[in-house]
Formats: sequence, structure tokens, C-alpha cells
Amino acid sequence: MMTLQQLTQMAGVVCPMYVIADPKGRIVSAGPTLKKLRPQLTWEGRRFFRVFDLSRPRSVRSVEDLLRTSGSKLHLQFRDAPQTGLKGVCTPLPDGQGAFINLSFGISVLEAVRDYDLTSADFSPTDLTIEMLYLVEAKSAAMEASRQLNLRLQGAKIAAEEQAFTDTLTGLKNRRAMDHVLRRLIASGREFALMHLDLDFFKQVNDTLGHAAGDAVLQQAARIMVECTRQSDTVVRVGGDEFVMILEGVLDTARLAAIAKRLIQQLEEPIPFGAQTCRISASAGTTLSTWQKVPDPQQLLNQADLALYAAKRAGRAQHCFYREGMEKDEAGPCSSGESEPRQAAGGPAS
Amino acid sequence: MHGLINRAIQAFVTSTYGADRWEEVMEEAGLGFTEFEAMLFYTDEQSGRMLAAMEKILARPLPEMLEDMGTFLVSNPQVEALRRLLRFGGVNYVEFLHSLDDLPDRARLAVSDLHLPALELVEQTPQQFELVCQPGLPGYAYVLMGVLRAMADDYGDLVFLDHSGTQGGAEVISITVVETKFAAGREFDLGAHSL
Repeated sequence: MMTLQQLTQMAGVVCPMYVIADPKGRIVSAGPTLKKLRPQLTWEGRRFFRVFDLSRPRSVRSVEDLLRTSGSKLHLQFRDAPQTGLKGVCTPLPDGQGAFINLSFGISVLEAVRDYDLTSADFSPTDLTIEMLYLVEAKSAAMEASRQLNLRLQGAKIAAEEQAFTDTLTGLKNRRAMDHVLRRLIASGREFALMHLDLDFFKQVNDTLGHAAGDAVLQQAARIMVECTRQSDTVVRVGGDEFVMILEGVLDTARLAAIAKRLIQQLEEPIPFGAQTCRISASAGTTLSTWQKVPDPQQLLNQADLALYAAKRAGRAQHCFYREGMEKDEAGPCSSGESEPRQAAGGPAS
Repeated sequence: MHGLINRAIQAFVTSTYGADRWEEVMEEAGLGFTEFEAMLFYTDEQSGRMLAAMEKILARPLPEMLEDMGTFLVSNPQVEALRRLLRFGGVNYVEFLHSLDDLPDRARLAVSDLHLPALELVEQTPQQFELVCQPGLPGYAYVLMGVLRAMADDYGDLVFLDHSGTQGGAEVISITVVETKFAAGREFDLGAHSL
């Protein structure tokens, strides 16, 4: 028959966080690692339930109760701080000598190792705690490397998107960006005016003074359009000398006509290029998202385009609003919006 | 070759020779980029070109630089995480040596697509070991030499190391533990970096 001393010696090696309690609930012996958690405590002779609080199962009050849980999982914690949570399992000692309880840290092992300054010598060689700590650190290091990569990729993505949505010559938005903005505005039910502007005499500048002059003119035109609009508006270069402005929340035709007039006036200012002077003008056509029951980007662009061509036909340096029927009515008059305010809700009927 | 390995070489060159020299190396390698990403994968050809460029630009034999890199990986505070992970291998140097058998599996636990060649420790006497390093990662044995040397310092042991050639494609490092607790090792705290 094995003596208690032999048992505790074996248990100290195999499961260094064991406790043996006698039938009255007094601790007879405790493992070396468990003792390390409360170095000041005289373990032998203390009441088990005074050291530990059993949180599950709740009903356990005595060693007798404890023995009835034999084999199932126990949840305990120290009564004094730090109230480290422990897991346990109990099995009876032979001949009613009491209970053998083995404890472990469970998931609280990370804090426990830090709080109690434990080393690998405190765990049984078969205990997976060291492997778990290793894994936690290895995963944290790998996650950190992944996180760094994600941050860099995110930065690169933003830069690439910025580039993909920008017209490199003028710094304005490009057609892709415009499609994106239009979709977003329409999807969120916001109202806006869409103005299509085309430079007049740009081809002449390009042909007579060269592409460098043409580029300078486009850059100056872009600056003017940005200055004449708000920060929240979208100015797009959609083609060689064609531009689209999306003005959110501007539905007043008189105000839009005034904006167009100011734009055209400023674009007509001579643009110096070296010793030369470039002179251009512009025509513009505008439609409102509220003139369609269900606004559609392609249709709005088409309407603004029709209005622009009406403006061109009316002579250069003009601005027109879209009007219903413009699709067929090729020689229709141009409505500048200055003299004939319309009811937005009624749609662009003439 | 895994990005982590390439990135480790980059960290070593940048911190030992400076960022400018690293840029020269990468320019010579002509891969079209200067930074390796730790969590991406690169072809052996790309890594090979980087190593060849390193040897040319830094004008030092590659085995020597790889050994220095191994030492750098363990002793530089920049990469403290790796030293800690290796220290989990054992409470003393000999136990650490025995844990090297598990190194490829441990590496794969942390980063599932990181494949390191198999290592086998042969104990000849309690002080005399041979580490057999299977092929698969050119120069790995030299890096390991540096790691083993630096880990001996970390445990405070005095150790002799020798690259003793190849055995059927595998490289062999002979290890003699001359004196344990020869010097004060570095502190290792299990929970120091826990979350």
C-alpha cells in the first residue's frame, strides 16, 4: 500500500498543482506550483473552502459534496486577490481518506504566468501550457507582421485609387470618378445639377501653338472651374476639352445660369503661354437630377450633352438648360435660364 | 522562399550596413522592388538573385554574412520576438538543442506556410552533438550556426561550433558544449510578452 508521502511525491512531479484534503475539508498537502501562487500561506491544515471559492458547481459546500462531483469539471478561484481562476477535477482517496484535487489555470494561464512569475519548471513536462504560451507569442508576432502588411497595402490602395480617379494633366477627377460620384449621389437620393462644359477654340490653340500650349490652357481652365465651384462639388475632365461639373444641392436655375456665365467669362480671359496668348471660350449645358423621376447617370449625361449642343448651335459662349423634347427637336431654342425661371418640380417642359 | 526569410535578410542588411547599401543590393538584384513583405511569398529565383547581389555589393562571402544574420536574429532587440520563441524550446542550452527537432513544426504552427528544412540532433556524448540539417533552403546551416552561437550566449554557455561538411546532401554542424553557466545569460520571463 502506498503511503501519503509517496503519493505526494509522485503527484508533485506529475501534477504540481494538486491539493489533498481530508474528509473534514482540511488541506493535507499541496503541490509545489500551487504553493508558489501563495508563498506566504501555510497550506497544511488550512480549510480548502477558506482558500478556494467554488463558483461551479455552486452547491458544493463540503468535501462530501466535492466527492460527489468526482470526474467532472470544477471552476474555482482564490478567495483573496489576485483571484486567479482555476479549473479542477476531484477524485476520492481510497478508504474515505478525503479528496485528491488537481488544478490548472485554464484560459487564465497568460495572466497567471505573469502575475506569479512562473517558469517552465513550474509545469509538468507533459503540460501543454508552454506550447500554448509559445503559440500565443508566435501568433501575436505573425499577426503583427500581417497587420503591418495590411497597413502598407491599405496605403498603396488609397494612393492607387486616388490615381485611378484623377486626371493626371489637370488634377481634376476622371470619368471613372464621375461614374462613382453619380452612382453614389443617386443611390443616396441626393439632388444635384449636372453641367457639361466644352471649350471653344481649343483645337485652334492646339493646332497653332502646339500641345504644350494646349496643356497649359487645359490646366488653367481646370483651375477656373475649381475656383468657380465649391469644395464639395465634383469637377471632371471627361474628354480632351470636355468637362462635367456635378453641383450637389444646387437646383436654382438662375443660380446655375449665373455660375455658367461667370465660368464662361473667366474662361474667355486671355491665357498667357510664353510670349503667346491663348484665347478660348466655352459652351455649357445643364440638367437637374430632379427633372427625372428616377435619375439615371447615362440619361443625365445625355441630357446635359443635348443642352450643350443647343448652346453651341445658339452661338459660342452660351449656356442652355435641358428641355424635354430636345432629343427630337434639333433646332429648338436655347433656354439660358436667366430670363425664364422654371418650376423644378414640373420638369423641363417648355 | 517565404517573405519572412527574405524580410529577415533585409532587416539584417539594413541594420548592419545601412538602408543605402540595401537599396544598392536590391538595385543590383533587379527585382523591381526594394522591400520584401514578411507575409508574402517570393520565388527561389528572386531570393537567389538577392543573395547573389548581396555577396557582390557587400563584398563578403555569403556563408559569413548568413552566420552573422543568424546571430543578428537572436541578439538584436529589433527581433526580440524570435529569441523569445526559441527560448521556449528549453530551460537550458542542451534542452534547447533537443527542441530544434521540433523547430520546423513549431514554425509551421506560427505561420502555416513557412516550411523550414528538417533538423535532427544526434547526441554523441552529453557534451557533443551533431545537428543534421536537411537540404531545401540553401545557406540555412550557416544561419543556424549564427543562431546556435547567439543562443549559447543567451543561456550563458560556452560552446564550440563547426560546420563539418555534408552527409548525403544534408549539412552537418558539430556542437561541443564546453561549459554550462560559463557567463550570466540573458533574462527570460515566460509571461513577459503575453497578451
